Amino acid sequence: MKIIVCIKQVPATTQVKINPETNTLVREGVESIINPYDAYAIEEGVRLRERCGGTVTVLTMGPPQAETALREAISLGADEAVLLSDRAFAGSDTWATSYTLAQGIKKIGDFDLIVCGKQAIDGDTAQVGPGIAEFLDIPFVAYIRKIEEIDDSLLRVERLMDEGYEVIESKLPALITVVKEINEPRLPSLRGKLNAKKAEITSWNLKDLGVTEDSVGLPASPTKVVKIFTPPPRGSGETLTGSTPEIVDKLVAQLKQDRVV
Amino acid sequence: MDYFLTEEQQMIRDLARQIAQEKIVPVRAELDEKEEFPWEIMKVLAESDMCGLYIPEVYGGMGGGCFELCLATEEISRACGGVAVCYAASGLGTYPILLFGNEAQKQKYLPDIASGKKLAAFGLTESEAGSDAGGIQTTAVADGDHYVLNGTKQWITNGGEADTYTVVAMTDKVKGSRGASTFIVEKGWEGFSFGKKEKKMGIRCSSTTELIFRNCRVPKENLLAREGMGFIVAMKTLDCTRPGIGAQAVGIAQGALDEALSYARRRVQFGKPISSFQAIQHMLADMATQIEAARALVYATARHVDSGARNVSKVSAMCKLFAADMCMKVTTDAVQILGGYGYMREYPVEKMMRDAKITQIYEGTNQIQRNVIALQLIKESASK
Repeated sequence: MKIIVCIKQVPATTQVKINPETNTLVREGVESIINPYDAYAIEEGVRLRERCGGTVTVLTMGPPQAETALREAISLGADEAVLLSDRAFAGSDTWATSYTLAQGIKKIGDFDLIVCGKQAIDGDTAQVGPGIAEFLDIPFVAYIRKIEEIDDSLLRVERLMDEGYEVIESKLPALITVVKEINEPRLPSLRGKLNAKKAEITSWNLKDLGVTEDSVGLPASPTKVVKIFTPPPRGSGETLTGSTPEIVDKLVAQLKQDRVV
Repeated sequence: MDYFLTEEQQMIRDLARQIAQEKIVPVRAELDEKEEFPWEIMKVLAESDMCGLYIPEVYGGMGGGCFELCLATEEISRACGGVAVCYAASGLGTYPILLFGNEAQKQKYLPDIASGKKLAAFGLTESEAGSDAGGIQTTAVADGDHYVLNGTKQWITNGGEADTYTVVAMTDKVKGSRGASTFIVEKGWEGFSFGKKEKKMGIRCSSTTELIFRNCRVPKENLLAREGMGFIVAMKTLDCTRPGIGAQAVGIAQGALDEALSYARRRVQFGKPISSFQAIQHMLADMATQIEAARALVYATARHVDSGARNVSKVSAMCKLFAADMCMKVTTDAVQILGGYGYMREYPVEKMMRDAKITQIYEGTNQIQRNVIALQLIKESASK
């Protein structure tokens, strides 16, 4: 079984900074980690390979430093890694990112299953996984908490819903996005770390993907971020005092005044 | 201090530290309280390739040596001395096979130990044979293709939990220590059972039991080296593993200093953090200095052992002795710095002090280490 896991390098959560001029995340000089949901995707990919055989290829789009995340994925059990990196990819929104990753997957070629985390903890859109499936024209199922069964052509999964879960069957190849309930990621192994150090990371740029400059990056991104800001902290609540009837009167008066009732 | 670790050694240290922080620290108090063998952590260590650090690659290990084992043991001990001994005692049980096993024995037993599928244990001590290993009463009598073992080993670390046991028994009692031999015995063999699990002061999550042999038939191919080599097998094994006890002691002490330092900076008395008082500062400075000195000696000794040096008994004894005494002092001081809190089980340092004590006792008491050192000194001086 050929499995592709798409990952993203994100800033460690406590250190998110925003460039006030471009309204984009500042990534330079910030400690980066593998997006936590993608760690579940890597683990599930590796478990599937351990169960069914095959290979796990991790794929990411990002600056050259994203290679660190790919090497970490190898230390966690992935076999191969591909980095899509080009200045032209900069400023991609979820549409352009999905498109570029889909082109990378086409170039990788043969695959049975694509696994993504349900969303990234920086952008929080949850759009890239589904986007890739659309560009590749393959079925996709989001929010998977368990892979019940998988063989050469069929996949049966449990999709986590607000109340309970759904069991869904899909043909392969397909794309799934996973939630944290699906597994507990392992720690790296020493052999994995040694492999990661030696591993050759394939790097593809715009030319390698054979796409035009205006189909990727900022020019191909319909999303325009107008403003990003931290919402003002909510004011402290008001505590009404007095006897119960007094408090009720005050509360009703206040609610009327605020036009809540 | 920079000890010029190779990149691989740094990886071992960092990975062991990560496992210690993420998997051991959260459960160490509970493991201690319940006296529960840490199988889940052993599994994590196995999956991270930590169980075969000192075993050659041809037998499925990582191809390192005593030094690599020390680095991992130190980091694990920093979180929990009990978990560390479960891990390191498997090395103690394995070294006799590594040093004296023939090719067939190595191929049969080392891969499962290297992968962490099985743990090993070493059976030397008996109720009447502690420091005086010559007093061993367990016998092994040749009978056709087998040896028949009878007797009881005492206080065996990993007893009951390990699958592979290297056991010293007398093949010729008349010859005293020259009549001892070492055997590989597997759990589950007829006539081999385990006695009661001991209740201990410290390292409480580790298993310490009797090994009971009642007409246990051990195939002759499981004799290590030759008949009569048992005492030499034991001594050469301990030469290689004592730095591991040193590393355990350094780790426990470092863990105690970490706690004392962080507490001293937080604890306010007389309007100031107690870390601003010279009385506390001097204690912290002494603790850190003693730890660093012990670490340097342990690392240097482990590297010396790995270099293939022939006679390492003296330095091996020195590093165990120095590190264990240091560990007892540093953990006692850590409890002192935490004061009343330090004495309470809610804080981790009283456990560290309890765990520390064993490092002065097992794998040869510190008094025996001094004997080893002094005898070697006199021998060296006499041969000049």
